[in-house]
Amino acid sequence: MKSVVFIEKNPLSNQLRNVSLELTHKAYTLSNPLGGEVVGIFTGDSLPENCDELFQFGMSRLLYFTDERLAHLHSIAYKHILETMINSESPDIVLFGATHTGRDVAPLIASSLKTGMTADCTQLYIDDYKDKGKILYQMRPAFGGNILATIITPDHRPMMATVREGVMLLPDERLNFPVKTEVFPIDFNELWIKSEFLEIVPKVKKVDFNSANIVVSGGAGVGSEENFRLIRELARALGGEVGASRAAVDFGFVEKDHQVGQTGSVVRPKLYIACGISGQIQHRAGMEESQKIIAINKDPDAPIFNIAHMGIVGDLNEIIPVMLRYLKEEG
Amino acid sequence: MKKIVVLAKQVPDTANVTGDAMKADGTVNRAALPAIFNPEDLNALEMALMIKDKIGGEVIVISMGPPKAVEILKHSLYMGADRVMLITDRKFAAADTLATSYVLAEAIKNIGNVDLVLAGRQAIDGDTAQVGPQVADKIGYNQVTYVSKLKEFTDDYLIVERDGEVQTEVIKTAYPVLLTVTAEANTPRYPNCRKMLQYFRVDLKDNFSEDELSVAKENDWIIPTCTIDDLGLEEDRCGLKGSPTKVHKIKSIMLKGGDLKMYGTEATDIRQLVRDIMKDYVEVN
Ligand SMILES: Cc1cc2nc3c(=O)[nH]c(=O)nc-3n(C[C@H](O)[C@H](O)[C@H](O)COP(=O)(O)OP(=O)(O)OC[C@H]3O[C@@H](n4cnc5c(N)ncnc54)[C@H](O)[C@@H]3O)c2cc1C
Repeated sequence: MKSVVFIEKNPLSNQLRNVSLELTHKAYTLSNPLGGEVVGIFTGDSLPENCDELFQFGMSRLLYFTDERLAHLHSIAYKHILETMINSESPDIVLFGATHTGRDVAPLIASSLKTGMTADCTQLYIDDYKDKGKILYQMRPAFGGNILATIITPDHRPMMATVREGVMLLPDERLNFPVKTEVFPIDFNELWIKSEFLEIVPKVKKVDFNSANIVVSGGAGVGSEENFRLIRELARALGGEVGASRAAVDFGFVEKDHQVGQTGSVVRPKLYIACGISGQIQHRAGMEESQKIIAINKDPDAPIFNIAHMGIVGDLNEIIPVMLRYLKEEG
Repeated sequence: MKKIVVLAKQVPDTANVTGDAMKADGTVNRAALPAIFNPEDLNALEMALMIKDKIGGEVIVISMGPPKAVEILKHSLYMGADRVMLITDRKFAAADTLATSYVLAEAIKNIGNVDLVLAGRQAIDGDTAQVGPQVADKIGYNQVTYVSKLKEFTDDYLIVERDGEVQTEVIKTAYPVLLTVTAEANTPRYPNCRKMLQYFRVDLKDNFSEDELSVAKENDWIIPTCTIDDLGLEEDRCGLKGSPTKVHKIKSIMLKGGDLKMYGTEATDIRQLVRDIMKDYVEVN
């Protein structure tokens, strides 16, 4: 059971994206027990600076083709290059990060290979299937998160899947695989370059969920942009990051970068405090893996209490100021 | 004069799961959800109409789906589409993105000389975002996904903004090209009253009675449909047969009940909560 993993870097930092490490590890847990290896494939203008790290998570080899003209996502060029690499390895499994790059290129490749692809998987595992031997089982939410579907690709190879960043966990222990990067020869065709990138404008990124142990989120129940200050203050007092439900974003209480959920970020902090959030399925998709969840909501029947570990039924506008006072006193 | 095809899908309104759509066991009854125009497909249609309004062109909306999907095609006409077409066949059932993109790509080839294909980034029932790119691959067009803004366009090129997560990319592309459009790109217009009157009677052929049919034909009220045979499709590449992915199992999501510790709202209760938080989570420096 050989796996190929698409490796990408953060275009603004020249470092690997976390999802590449996460998927390398996941692929290793899928392939290794069955005696298969994990091969990385990369294309771009230059290799990520820290690509050695991939080998600590179970990668055997990293194939790459770099060219200045590939600094940006030229979908058609990326497709041809990556598809050639995949074909040369004949893998059983191909994993892509469900990033805006992965979700752009991977479907092109699946189309070209006439194989199946499952987007945004939340769980992947190998098991027997009828007389087909071992195959990949791909679980993903569908229907706006109201159902969890298990998708299989029983008759086609490779079996392709994408996974969002932050969904698969990295282990604590490191492997010590030798670093093996190999240039992959490509007969580059100028006609593959079809778009002209006129300008790249970095987004001002104010939100960092990855390094936050605590996330304090506000929802529609916060009531106003003015009241949302309380959420920010509580986050600051706890040394955490500010999150939000989509309703809070839609009402304009807080910028979209803060949105947690199916169409926002997936967060997995040690503690998640949901204030004035009902706990709809799309919101839960982004936070229910948090280690501990505290819910503050004035409706005792709000679904958020069904997944919370600690809860207060009451008005957040009265409760949070008291919390802030005690945080000051106790801290 | 650009020939623009918009890909549209009718989807269950997964956002508004009301009491009526819940089954007794707390799971969603998908059949009971209202069917709506996939939201980001409306943004794609709006973009097509903006281009047409300024540089002229023909906007053709196509949808693969059951006869009921004619509702979104009517809506497209009310918004200003010039032509619509329903691609429908029982054998399309259970199509995954590969089979769907095959059918749509063949329909686009059948229309011929299409300069621009616009699709919503993703449909809210599946959220895969795969159909757009897979169509682009099959018709051999350039693609730009996650288009969050149409900045400039002429007869020769388009300049769009692409949402690249950490960056916004300003991209210039020639025709032909396929774009997938996000909700940020624009605000879809409302149906136009005059158009609603003009297209008041349009419908699928089967929805007219024998007597009405000749009048309907005369007045151009019939929304064209296409089947596997009409498009000369390979049956093995359509529907369930043409879909490499299979749904193995479906589990309705129900809330898991955890151990829940409740705190009161008295100051002393809140102090206890704060202490419990501090004890476990706040890093002491
Ligand atoms: C395709 C799709 C994708 C989506 N993606 C996301 C996503 O990524 N993230 C997301 O969050 N949502 C997403 N949604 C929207 C989601 O369905 C819900 O609409 C949203 O999460 C609701 O936000 P909320 O809980 O803040 O608001 P509401 O559901 O309105 O809940 C507000 C809560 O606040 C409580 N409240 C009110 N006043 C107070 C007060 N003074 N003190 C304490 N509590 C109070 C109420 O009891 C209520 O429980 C998506 C929807 C769709 C269809």
